[in-house]
Amino acid sequence: MKQSVTLGKVTKFMGLGFLSTFKDLFTGKLEKEDYKAFLRKVIVPVASVLLFLGLWHLGAKSLYNVEAEFRIEKALNEQGQVAADEMAACIASGDISCQPNTLPSPSQVWASFQSLLNDHALISADKAAFKEKTATLNEKRVAEGKDPIVYTGRPSFVDQIFRSLKTVFAGFFLALLIAVPLGIFIGLSPTLKSAFNWFIQIFKPVSPVVWYLLVFMIVKTLLIDSSEDSSFSISFIAVGLCSMWATLVNTSMGVSSVDKDYINVAKVLKLGNFQKVFKVVLPSSLPLIFTGLKITLSVAWMVLIAIELLAQSPGLGLFVWEEFQNGANDSNAKIIVAMFVIGIIGFLLDRLMLSIQNAVSFEKTDAI
Amino acid sequence: MAYLELKNIYKTYGTDENATEVLSNINLSIEEGEFVAIVGFTGSGKTTLVNLINGLLEPTKGEVLFKGKPVEGTSHERGVIFQNYSLLPWLTVEQNVLMAVKEAFPKREKAVYKRKAAYYIDMVGLTPAINKLPKELSGGMRQRVAVARALSMKPDMIIMDEPLGALDALTRGTLQDQILNIWGKDKRTALLITNDVDEGIYMADRIIPLRPGPNATLGPEFKIDIERPRDKTEMNDNPNYKKTRNAIIEYLMDIGEERKSQVSEEFVLPDLAPKDFVNQFR
Ligand SMILES: Nc1ncnc2c1ncn2[C@@H]1O[C@H](COP(=O)(O)OP(=O)(O)O)[C@@H](O)[C@H]1O
Ligand SMILES: [Mg+2]
Repeated sequence: MKQSVTLGKVTKFMGLGFLSTFKDLFTGKLEKEDYKAFLRKVIVPVASVLLFLGLWHLGAKSLYNVEAEFRIEKALNEQGQVAADEMAACIASGDISCQPNTLPSPSQVWASFQSLLNDHALISADKAAFKEKTATLNEKRVAEGKDPIVYTGRPSFVDQIFRSLKTVFAGFFLALLIAVPLGIFIGLSPTLKSAFNWFIQIFKPVSPVVWYLLVFMIVKTLLIDSSEDSSFSISFIAVGLCSMWATLVNTSMGVSSVDKDYINVAKVLKLGNFQKVFKVVLPSSLPLIFTGLKITLSVAWMVLIAIELLAQSPGLGLFVWEEFQNGANDSNAKIIVAMFVIGIIGFLLDRLMLSIQNAVSFEKTDAI
Repeated sequence: MAYLELKNIYKTYGTDENATEVLSNINLSIEEGEFVAIVGFTGSGKTTLVNLINGLLEPTKGEVLFKGKPVEGTSHERGVIFQNYSLLPWLTVEQNVLMAVKEAFPKREKAVYKRKAAYYIDMVGLTPAINKLPKELSGGMRQRVAVARALSMKPDMIIMDEPLGALDALTRGTLQDQILNIWGKDKRTALLITNDVDEGIYMADRIIPLRPGPNATLGPEFKIDIERPRDKTEMNDNPNYKKTRNAIIEYLMDIGEERKSQVSEEFVLPDLAPKDFVNQFR
């Protein structure tokens, strides 16, 4: 089957169909009846984003005022009128030392975002320079059988994002490797199902924190002799164990509830057991398996932040925690930047799963 | 010895208080090369009867003999066309048929399978749609795939459960002729379940009504003495046709009346429901 792949098809496939409305707008292809759709799909979302930013701005401003007044009041009560005037002047001048520490405004968050990007550019340049400087030395060290010198500087925000993605995908694949085969066996055999049912029911609701502690206990002992940093293994294993349940339950449900008609077809054609599983049972449960995997990935991303924070494993979770502890002037704004980045990446991961799901399963699910 | 024989068949679904006896005391024998039609109201147990014959179900009491041997499970010798097509939705037309061909004729070359599948797909006129998925086909086309799949296994007996129920009159007529053609060519044995008396008269040698369940039993048989090949328009003027048709319809109406006095509703529609796979997984 030949099919031309156009931009419109790809974006629609990814669940980003509204992009094609933009394209039509700029190429002037918009029909009259499309205006309603344009209004609904473009104007309304844009307006609601602006409204959100406006409310956020006003909210942040009033919180700022509450905090500022409190400080001036406090100075007045404790140190008298002179100190209060000084405090008011200090706040008005925008001096860092006395700024109220509260919800940052949208513009502060945007500024922090840019400073984080600048920081990333600096660190990348530093890294590249380091690599160049140590290139010859490292060659020699490797030739002598020693370990090469590696860059040990502070990771940038962007590096943290990639660390988090690495952890979440490692956890996701661990979940996939455990939950899909196990789910298939449980779904096929009622005996296994009753053997595992209590296990699933009890462990499914356990919170990420407890999973982390459990994995920590086990991995710490297993790696007792190794000097390696176990925080990455601990966090990805905890993420995997925490998020695999949706896939396990959905897979076993999909496999055990295959449409009776398909089973009858398998019987009438006299398919062997192997054929029956791979040609009938699995394909028919794929949509449910992928629904499970989609939930697993989004749960994995959600719990990752908490687990990284506990495990002190580098990533967005640790970034948020360190900024909170840090308490610097723009820490709050950086935390909000991290929040948006986490949200947007979560959304993109969901879309990624949706497009894979659409590609492999026989029924298309529209983006919601 | 009859080719297919049902002896004192009873079939009960459920156990204890929930038990309902769907079929009672069914006796039927079909000779080799015969074309038998069973007509009956929806819910009377036609599909249950078919599944007992093809081996998907076991009778609670009684015996099903095929070529003199008790039926144990399904067999390639008995091809089935299901009431609701039962195509695998993730496979294309060709793949659906190939799957059957491969099972019926093990250990052939790939090209042989492809040729066989192509032959049967062509026979039902679906060559242009060979690479389409079932959801891209109309109901009639899907049913034709199901026919091609069943026939591609070269079964000795074809069992059809309301195969044309969901089709429009035109497609229905074409497929009736195709099925008759295939049946006539190698003189296979055929059992057709239908809710359309005219379809039964046009296609079968004998028509047997299934009295509505629970406790459905087979009624008296009606022989169709009309020469083959039959012609729909000519048949209308055939006195034999009119007589048989009236007799059957009268019989069915009597059962219908009887049934109405017991049950308040009467259905003559095929019990097909559209399938919604999308919502099934929501
Ligand atoms: N698996 C089953 N379990 C319980 N009852 C069933 C089952 N299959 C069919 N029945 C019941 O048996 C009766 C006959 O069904 P069926 O054989 O499908 O009728 P038909 O094909 O003539 O429409 C119906 O009342 C139906 O509800
Ligand atoms: Mg039926």
